[in-house]
Amino acid sequence: MKAAVNSIRDWLNERLPMQEAADFASHKTVPVHRLTVVYYFGGMTLFFFIVQVITGILLMLYYRPSAEAAFESVEFIMTAVPFGWLIRSVHSWSANLMVFFAFVHLATVYFTKAYRSPREITWISGCFLLFLALGFGFSGYLLPWNQLAFFATRVGTDIAGAVPFVGEWALRFLRGGDRVTGGTLSRFYGWHVAILPLMTTAFLGLHLLLVQLQGMSVPPGEEETAKQRRPMKFFPNFMLRDLWGWILALGVLAAMAALFPWELGEKADPFAPAFADIRPEWYFMFMFETLKLVPGGEIAGIEYEAIPILLFSLGGLLLLLVPFLDRGVERTGRSPIFDIIGVVALIYIVGMTSWGYRSLAPVYIVLATGALMAILSVGTRRWARVNK
Amino acid sequence: MATSRRLVNWMLGTSVGALLVSTFYPVARFISPPDIPEASTNQVEAGPTNDPELLERGFKIIRFGNEPVILVRVSDSDFRAFAGTCTHLDCIVEFQKDEERLWCNCHNGEYSLQGEVVAGPPPHALEPFKVDLVSKGSGQPQTIVVSRV
Repeated sequence: MKAAVNSIRDWLNERLPMQEAADFASHKTVPVHRLTVVYYFGGMTLFFFIVQVITGILLMLYYRPSAEAAFESVEFIMTAVPFGWLIRSVHSWSANLMVFFAFVHLATVYFTKAYRSPREITWISGCFLLFLALGFGFSGYLLPWNQLAFFATRVGTDIAGAVPFVGEWALRFLRGGDRVTGGTLSRFYGWHVAILPLMTTAFLGLHLLLVQLQGMSVPPGEEETAKQRRPMKFFPNFMLRDLWGWILALGVLAAMAALFPWELGEKADPFAPAFADIRPEWYFMFMFETLKLVPGGEIAGIEYEAIPILLFSLGGLLLLLVPFLDRGVERTGRSPIFDIIGVVALIYIVGMTSWGYRSLAPVYIVLATGALMAILSVGTRRWARVNK
Repeated sequence: MATSRRLVNWMLGTSVGALLVSTFYPVARFISPPDIPEASTNQVEAGPTNDPELLERGFKIIRFGNEPVILVRVSDSDFRAFAGTCTHLDCIVEFQKDEERLWCNCHNGEYSLQGEVVAGPPPHALEPFKVDLVSKGSGQPQTIVVSRV
């Protein structure tokens, strides 16, 4: 038996750089300091992405992408297919948790300045992954073809149409015509299951490769602590902790999906008034709410609503360029202006989301996440002291 | 020598360009949806004046070709119709009987019963449609006919 295993290993070794990979894995370490907890959020996002891929493929076995059949097929999945309700609810919950953890990951990377040289490409690929996740959310929202999603898509694509010069083309490109119809549904389905996954695979591969090659960034101010403490072995120590988090996440996900199954709502009717509470997914809420505040009118042929849209686009562009804009952090290890911008953006996003829902829940969720991070960082600190 | 090499380079260079253009031009055109001319609708029959939906909610959304049009019953003899799509971001408006206004739930756009913007983000008024009441004989309720102005 052992001889057989060995001969297979030798056979593979001759053809693949197995030994090099094993050496690389055994030497890989993770720095230990007060903020080590932030290293887990990227992996958490990845876990939910893997869940999305699996449940998404399963849903494709029954889902039918047409205006006539989409709603009914989701209804069929929810009511007739064994465990269909579970798979669909897990897909919806996991999507939301994935975006949530992507935001948490973004915030922790931003505030710990992990985008510093030489990790600019990691940062940019991460931003693109976030934009892709939002694209997944926007396109997936329409697929059940219910009223809420139908109107949210009309609004969302109309917003694209308000962009000066390219707006009209963008609107028709997104909708596959002038209106939101079954044609739009086909298009969104194509994006959701083919184009976006392809792009995500490419960016995710690059992102993970860079993280493996460059290792974790030590935040400025933590270098001393990290030097004093023995770094954690990635394999198996860090990976087992990651897995522990993943199992916890799976439990939370199953509980959410079972206790709060995702609603289906009413079938989309292009000839019914939009009902109150038409709203996009929560991660678009702050932009949606901002648009409510802009009065009607136009200046120099550009409608006022185009102004916040352009500002948000500019915000996205600035986010991409943060590693190149923040030069101070390279020299001094500090960039208070970027801290302030980050805090203001966070307050604006959380505040507008809260305002949109007329609820303080978003504030509590952010505070709870912060508190959880603080507790976990105390935990890892104790661990580090014991293992010193 | 130099000239002939330049010629070869030019031919190779442009043929690669031509190959790329001839590959990607159809793709670029393919992803932009075609313009499909729609039969223009000028007039639609919207049912009798005593339609229960109209009596109860005070309005209904009718299909005017591919466009939604909102038909409002202000009183027994006063019916009005407007383009049903909010001029802000494409949602469909409703009539609120108690408030006597047209209202868009998406971003709280408010229009008067003349279709003018009263409050909220809509940039333009709702396009008005003409409403005629046509008799269908004595004892029968009148039929509402909506047409383009």
